[in-house]
Amino acid sequence: MPHDQLEAIQLEGIKKTVINCYENVPFYHDLFDQAGFDPYAVETLDDIRKAPFTTKQDLRDNYPFGFFAVPKNEVREIHMSSGTTGVATVAGYTDHDLDIWGDCFARGIWYADGGSDDVAQICYGYGLFTGGLGAHYGCEKAGCMTIPISAGNTERQIRVLREMGSTILCCTPSYAMYIADTALAMGLDPKKDFHLRAGIHGAEAFSDNFRADLEQKLGYKVLDVYGLTETMGPGVAIECMEQNGLHLAEDHFYAEIINPETGEVLPDGEWGELVLTTIDREATPVVRYRTRDITRIIPGECACGRTHRRIDRLHGRTDDMLIIRGVNVFPSQIEDVMKTFPQVASWYQIELTRKNHLDVVTLKAEVNPDFDFDQISSIERLQRDIQSAMKTALSVGIKVKLVEPKTIARSEGKAKRVIDLRGDDK
Amino acid sequence: MIMQLTVFLENSEGRLADLCRTLANANVNMSALTIAETSEYGLVRIICDNVFHAVDVLEEAGFRATKTKVLAVELPDRPGALAEMLEALDSTKVNIEYGYCFQSNGDTAIDVLKINPADRDAAEKAISGAGFKLLHWDDIVS
Ligand SMILES: [Zn+2]
Repeated sequence: MPHDQLEAIQLEGIKKTVINCYENVPFYHDLFDQAGFDPYAVETLDDIRKAPFTTKQDLRDNYPFGFFAVPKNEVREIHMSSGTTGVATVAGYTDHDLDIWGDCFARGIWYADGGSDDVAQICYGYGLFTGGLGAHYGCEKAGCMTIPISAGNTERQIRVLREMGSTILCCTPSYAMYIADTALAMGLDPKKDFHLRAGIHGAEAFSDNFRADLEQKLGYKVLDVYGLTETMGPGVAIECMEQNGLHLAEDHFYAEIINPETGEVLPDGEWGELVLTTIDREATPVVRYRTRDITRIIPGECACGRTHRRIDRLHGRTDDMLIIRGVNVFPSQIEDVMKTFPQVASWYQIELTRKNHLDVVTLKAEVNPDFDFDQISSIERLQRDIQSAMKTALSVGIKVKLVEPKTIARSEGKAKRVIDLRGDDK
Repeated sequence: MIMQLTVFLENSEGRLADLCRTLANANVNMSALTIAETSEYGLVRIICDNVFHAVDVLEEAGFRATKTKVLAVELPDRPGALAEMLEALDSTKVNIEYGYCFQSNGDTAIDVLKINPADRDAAEKAISGAGFKLLHWDDIVS
């Protein structure tokens, strides 16, 4: 579908969503009134920018049913996500909501040219967590023979993978790796003994290296799936076989990328916080929900030809974000740059201090043994190269200092990446 | 050609002493030690016996240490010897990355030169062609 037709659908849906929220969810009635947002005056997609944001805290404050826009007898299912603070948020689903959920997740299987000839093994946990049932509805919708095995009991997973000839694996990426490693340890060759074609893995971030490793071990293609309970569950966006960004289900969700500090909407291509508005959810619609996930809209069309825009693979959470001299910096951006310098890669740390009220950033990196450091000039060149790569990637000047081995504190085999000492201004 | 030990140090107090103590405890005997430094780092270059062992011991003790191939030339202890040798090298357009001299016994000095690996053969030819003696490992530490 051409993108302008899609935008027409989005606009119609958003108009209904904001009115529905205003008329049926007291929280939104008050929120819109306080913000001076008129839900009846939305004429263009840009008008949604006038609406206030919804946060996870708002959902918590209205536990359990405060966000329901339909009577409870129309709700078929609920899911809950618990935050670290313990208070849960609740999402409700009508028959229609369950139907679009299945449709959104099924796209991953369709992207992999899957369907009724496939055997889908779902080892996400079933329950209040949206992973299990979301994948289940999607696999059923796509016509797969669906195995609701749920998580755990890895040896049984491996037996089922062999005996049922599962072709599609739905689980977290780390569990897929665990299955692969267990199978290898049992003396199996998953590439021959299993029949996997594709894995739809989400709920955790994973690196490109991790993906390559997993694909090599299991002999299949790994597609990243994104979603969150607050707007539905897995299926909000899924990668196609190009593996170059996740196609948003734009017919059901309207996405914006904002500067998490100012709330300003950012142009395509810029990294920021993903904000979602549901287009046709009935039970628990949300307006401008702040996901706290960091991504960007990938500009341009995907090589697969689909017109739904893509978000990039997640770059962490706004909770991890640093603000340095007013610029938002995500630790994962620093990680990306450091990966390109094998001379130092593994152990480094960012130290933030403040001098004369100005932020000073020092990146300390341990020199690797195979780096030829015999000349001062090679050390200085490396320092300069890292500094300029950081400046390009982050738009912030930082000082790089190479340090001796084991000078960066480790805890449980991991370096603490950021030390913020800006509280003690000198 | 001989092996030099190079150690990367941050310019923090006591590190050089730690380094020398670690080598002493490992029974490594040094003939020469020089330091190249900036405000932040020091590179300590050492001529010693048992370089391979020294690198292992230092890495084990938390130092960043490596082996570097360098040329060592024996120079007669008289005015102009170093100049002659360098002029011989100059004519070959060989690039010297760094160098330093130390005294080995009463009447000769030793000049250490770090030459770009690609130029090493040419440099060796030019030096011996000018009548200077290139040293090997056994010549220095005995
Ligand atoms: Zn695509």
